[in-house]
Amino acid sequence: MSEPTKPAETTAASPAGTAGTATAAAPSATPPAVPPPAKPPVKKPGADRRFFLFTWMGIAWTTFCASMAAMALGTVRFMFPNVLAEPPSSFKAGVPGGYEPGQVVERYKQEQGVWLVREGNTIFALSTICTHLGCTPNWLENEQKFKCPCHGSGFYKNGINFEGPAPRPLERFKISIADDGQLLVDKSKKFQHELGEWGSPDASVQV
Amino acid sequence: MPLGDYVRNSQIWKSIFRHPAPKDRRNRVVVMLTNFFLHLHPVSIRKQGIALSYTWCMGGITFFLFLVETVTGVLLMFYYRPTLEHAYNDIISLGQVTTLGVLRELHRWGAHAMVIAIWLHMYRVFLTGSYKPPREFNWTIGVILLVLTLLLSFTGYLLPWDQLAIWAITVGSNMARATPLLGHEGPGAKLLNVGGVDLIHSGSDARFALLGQRFVGEMTLLRFYVLHCVALPLAAALLIAIHFWRIRKDGGISGPL
Repeated sequence: MSEPTKPAETTAASPAGTAGTATAAAPSATPPAVPPPAKPPVKKPGADRRFFLFTWMGIAWTTFCASMAAMALGTVRFMFPNVLAEPPSSFKAGVPGGYEPGQVVERYKQEQGVWLVREGNTIFALSTICTHLGCTPNWLENEQKFKCPCHGSGFYKNGINFEGPAPRPLERFKISIADDGQLLVDKSKKFQHELGEWGSPDASVQV
Repeated sequence: MPLGDYVRNSQIWKSIFRHPAPKDRRNRVVVMLTNFFLHLHPVSIRKQGIALSYTWCMGGITFFLFLVETVTGVLLMFYYRPTLEHAYNDIISLGQVTTLGVLRELHRWGAHAMVIAIWLHMYRVFLTGSYKPPREFNWTIGVILLVLTLLLSFTGYLLPWDQLAIWAITVGSNMARATPLLGHEGPGAKLLNVGGVDLIHSGSDARFALLGQRFVGEMTLLRFYVLHCVALPLAAALLIAIHFWRIRKDGGISGPL
């Protein structure tokens, strides 16, 4: 809008023209004693249209862009489902007395992705997600190790990695004793050995 | 009147082909210009442009394979249901029950061939310096088309829903965990929190949006199916049209070095 003068001048001509005809008609219709009608307040040429352009069009475009942005954000949010057909993140796993020393319980592997392991008098919940690339290892009872079929990572019963490409031990989940005496596994809280978190009282349960 | 002349003088023929047969120079031009399918192609090209030793025809082969994938893919959609209950069995029955179920193999091998052809095309373009100005924009379009092709391969890989597919996508999508800011194990993800509550967790990060859930499951199968059959092919088709058009606008197939 660096040179608005030129169109403004040409448009200013037409209101002036109509005003001219109105004043020309006025003397013939009214006596000369009556003073000529006061000049209308001087408006900058094109001010109406500039007002329209910057105010109303500004409001309109702002509203339009805001609604489009809101719709775009809503569409992104649309891609995140609110209800999942997944089991709840915490579950009960029977009474601690039911676990034999040295036992790896695979009952919750399929549904929950958790091994419950008792070593001595300690029970802990191991994640079944391989720390290499996320496959599910198998518990090999004869060899007493977890072995991942994808790339051959191996983990001891306590979850420590010892062979293959896995860079760190399996993760453990929060485990505690519920009010009814059953083990309660909470998968929303995890404990990582390499961060020194396995020593936490929530990372294991003493029988 | 000979039958050929009768057909060529009929209104149906003339309504489709507005011009006489391309026997002279002018008609060769207008036939190209007025045909929807031919107009993407330049009216005339350098002799160099059709030299197999120069182009290897790898771009053309890639486009041909894209058409093969489109046709066979649409046909497969008549038999394939993207649900946990049916997906695996539908693929098996395409091979064992459906007549000409070999179309599924065609689709699979065509996809492999397309990735190979697109690499060779890129290699040729690189060796002949055809990525240089004024063709740098078209090179960029081509790179996006390469990425789209790889994404088409990736999404299609899940659809047979066998062990290989599930674990391949599990491994592949785990990379999204490490997305900066938007992956829950990625750098900076912990910065996005309100009052100590993480905004980015395993139920809200980039991987979750890709999978539709926390692990590879039925929602993932459906998402990958829609991406594979609708979203990615549409994007690829649009960019292919621009890619071809820009070849002409950038001065045709590049000349000898």
